[in-house]
Amino acid sequence: MDGATDMELSHLVDMVTRNLKATPLYTDMRQAAAAQAQKDSFHLGDLKQSLLSALEESGWERKLRNAVYREMLICAQRELSIAPPEDQKEPLTYMRKAQGAWEKRILKSLNSMCTELSVPLARKRPPQEQKELLSRWTELGTEEPDLSHFRPVYAPKDFLEVLVNLRNPNSNWTEQASHFNLWGLVQLPLRTKTRKQLQTDFSELSISEPQAGVDDSPEIPVDVFASERTKLGRRVLEAEHSPLAQQYAKKGCPTGLRGAIWAQILGVKVDSVDQLYYQQLKSYVIHHDLLIDSLIYKDVKLTAANDDYYFVFEDLLHQILLIFSRDTSVLKCFAHTSATPAKSYIRGKLGMEEFQVTYPPSGVIPFHGFTMYAASLCFVYDEPARLYFVFREMYTRYFFHLHHMSSHPQGIVSLCALFESLLQTHEPELFYHLKGVGAQPLKIAFKWLMRAFAGFLGSDQLLLLWDRVLGFNSLEILSVLAFAIFSFRRTNLLEVSSYAAAEAVLSDLTTLKLVPLLQLALFS
Amino acid sequence: MAGKVKYACDIEKSVLINNFEKRGWVSASADEDWNFYWSSVQTTRNIFSIENGYRLQDDQVINHFPNHYELTRKDLMVKNLKRYRKDLEKEGNPVSERDEEGRYKYLDFIPVTFLLPADYNLFVEEFRKNPNSTWIMKPTGKARGIGIFLINKLSQLKKWSRDSKTNSFAAPSGKDAYVISRYIDNPLLIGGKKFDLRLYVLVTSYRPLKCYMYRLGFCRFCTVKYTSSTSELDNMFIHLTNVSIQKHGDEYNNVHGGKWTIKNMRLFLEGTRGKEVTDKLFDDINWLTVHSLKAVSGVMANDRHCFECYGYDIIIDNNLKPWLIEVNASPSLTSTTAADRIMKYNLINDSLNIVMPNGELPDVRWNKVPPKEALGNYDLLYDEDLAQADILERDTKSRLGLSVGSRGRDTKSSFTGRPPPTTWK
Repeated sequence: MDGATDMELSHLVDMVTRNLKATPLYTDMRQAAAAQAQKDSFHLGDLKQSLLSALEESGWERKLRNAVYREMLICAQRELSIAPPEDQKEPLTYMRKAQGAWEKRILKSLNSMCTELSVPLARKRPPQEQKELLSRWTELGTEEPDLSHFRPVYAPKDFLEVLVNLRNPNSNWTEQASHFNLWGLVQLPLRTKTRKQLQTDFSELSISEPQAGVDDSPEIPVDVFASERTKLGRRVLEAEHSPLAQQYAKKGCPTGLRGAIWAQILGVKVDSVDQLYYQQLKSYVIHHDLLIDSLIYKDVKLTAANDDYYFVFEDLLHQILLIFSRDTSVLKCFAHTSATPAKSYIRGKLGMEEFQVTYPPSGVIPFHGFTMYAASLCFVYDEPARLYFVFREMYTRYFFHLHHMSSHPQGIVSLCALFESLLQTHEPELFYHLKGVGAQPLKIAFKWLMRAFAGFLGSDQLLLLWDRVLGFNSLEILSVLAFAIFSFRRTNLLEVSSYAAAEAVLSDLTTLKLVPLLQLALFS
Repeated sequence: MAGKVKYACDIEKSVLINNFEKRGWVSASADEDWNFYWSSVQTTRNIFSIENGYRLQDDQVINHFPNHYELTRKDLMVKNLKRYRKDLEKEGNPVSERDEEGRYKYLDFIPVTFLLPADYNLFVEEFRKNPNSTWIMKPTGKARGIGIFLINKLSQLKKWSRDSKTNSFAAPSGKDAYVISRYIDNPLLIGGKKFDLRLYVLVTSYRPLKCYMYRLGFCRFCTVKYTSSTSELDNMFIHLTNVSIQKHGDEYNNVHGGKWTIKNMRLFLEGTRGKEVTDKLFDDINWLTVHSLKAVSGVMANDRHCFECYGYDIIIDNNLKPWLIEVNASPSLTSTTAADRIMKYNLINDSLNIVMPNGELPDVRWNKVPPKEALGNYDLLYDEDLAQADILERDTKSRLGLSVGSRGRDTKSSFTGRPPPTTWK
């Protein structure tokens, strides 16, 4: 937050305070303070001072710091400004318009699916069906309803098509005078970081620093690094301090500690209130059947259930994703993105504002491959509620950036631009060759970026990548990795003469080792 | 170089033939002077039978031990293991120590098993102790889940015995014999589903014992959600993980075939249960493998022309304790998926690199362990020669007054605590 004006700062403080007052932490702390004040040893004379030190001693200060830190991190991803709400969502008008048009298209396709298949958007389940669903809650994957008529609403390539056609009306772009025609597919004048800037941002990844993912490999006989890392990790966990955990994750987490470290970074602690909340969401799923459910079901079947890494988690994924679709707390991430959740009307009340509802309740319409965001987390968490809350936090912090149009530096458009500019700058020959044979690199890399590489890398390597996403609190590492992969396979890619051949060269990424690749791309 | 290697092969599998041809070997019939024979177990038995009178030369290698069934037939494996424990106990070996309940502390790695009909009375006695237990009946000589069923009442066993008697009046011969084992009814479930492990173990010699563990084993998943409810005892899809059985289920998936790599399992267990318990599980698996082999090393005809690649079937219970279910002499080389095909090709490739170094004409008098670089995806699991040398060295040290650690768990700790170079680390 360097360079923020006083006004912006006070705005930030206001915002954080307001958000915190709405959390259980606020009431819990008040209660703790009251309990302290009732103690006999308490002096009324210096009430403020004694209260503060008492709270500090009993660990509340640390909790408060973690909570403030968590709010700050979320705010850091947004424009720190006091601009009007629509500008806070997205400052560029043409971007807002494009996102709006895209949402209309999705909604139209959802509605036409409803009419074609004559299924309602939502319906209450008869009691018998509710009972039956509840009884097979943990084995949802085994029931196979006929979903052959359902199609995923959109796939990464549909979304890419829209992004490619984005134009900035102010940049004097016309078909005839194409002096502003960029090499790549992204035609927007977005500022991207240079490799030099990235080297500074990701300095912890440097070759001179030992890393999880290289130095803990079992082939290295002296596993000094691994055991030291684990020891340090335990101390980080004991400290219960989010910023420490985040710093730690920059160099990768040992597999055995990852779950706890991530939860600490994300501020996820599943307490009894959360459990209750989870159960409530579950009851919403049991009571109502949404059209979205079939889409989720279909997506799990098409992706995770067919994957040799993730098929064992099929049943768990059905639970998590169904519950996610009912969770209205996801909606708050829409306040700061160009996207707006789809609206629907209660039957018979079409067009009446007061009967308008968000559809689905979470506002998120899954695309083909959405499941994989959650699938990869199944290697880290196996308890459904914990898995769910970590997934939700990861989604609202990071993944939602990957399928909404925005000019945000973490947004998918900027990530694409970063990837293209890195490749053009550092592998110009390769870029030119691929473009020449009709294999625009972004056409291949887009699905990797949009899914944060879930399901493309080996399962262990993907977790090492997400360690860094969390550690550096940035998705830019995805673009760097995509660039690194092209660069690494350049010899083979320079020999291809068609899009299909280029795709074949890059079809299997499971053998890649993440950390050496990133280091090669950033620091060599 | 003294000419090309001639190979004979009973099983027309591309993962084999491709490997032979890659090495420039030439095909020969079984009657010719082959150097390498990938044979069926039956062929091996014929070659080594006394009537045959066939003598193998120094440049001939074959893929089974003549009496491999000492390990791979369920009844004999159990018998050999029981005898091995007793022998160790007589020696006063600390490995055979028992706990307060009389169970072996370190050698309790197969489910309680009886031979039927021979041990029927012993079984009944055991069953009465735990009347609610479930037991699994398996014919001793069959594989791939054929003829297996579950029981949880004595009456079911009696009915079966009546039924089979009416079928034939002959006394049960070795072929009709069954083993009945305590069913592991608390298996570790992943994603709510039951699975077992298929691991590959290569043995190049029994005396001294030299064996290798393959890193690319896999888990085989049942397609149906696991339930220990007794009403589902007849649904074999829940209980049996054999791919040949699961393939007939409606839910069978051709992309992954219900197979999950050991590497994924390790990642999952370390992530959700922690590193220590996961490491212990893998150590325990190595431990049980070595002891299952040691248990038969005395009775195995240790012909130096032979090697064998076994398929070990292991079930893990929810306390992360591995149980050895059975050992197969001819693990399936049929590939169900693309990944499976690559893995099996590599399995044969790595096995051949160890038993036929450099793909050259073999010399069975050579009995060294190949260098680490030549092991591919195999890890040396146990080398008795090295272990002996190690013990000698330690004896010398202890005579010199150096501490060797506490007695009692000494042998065990040499496996799990501070591993000497002879083991898998």
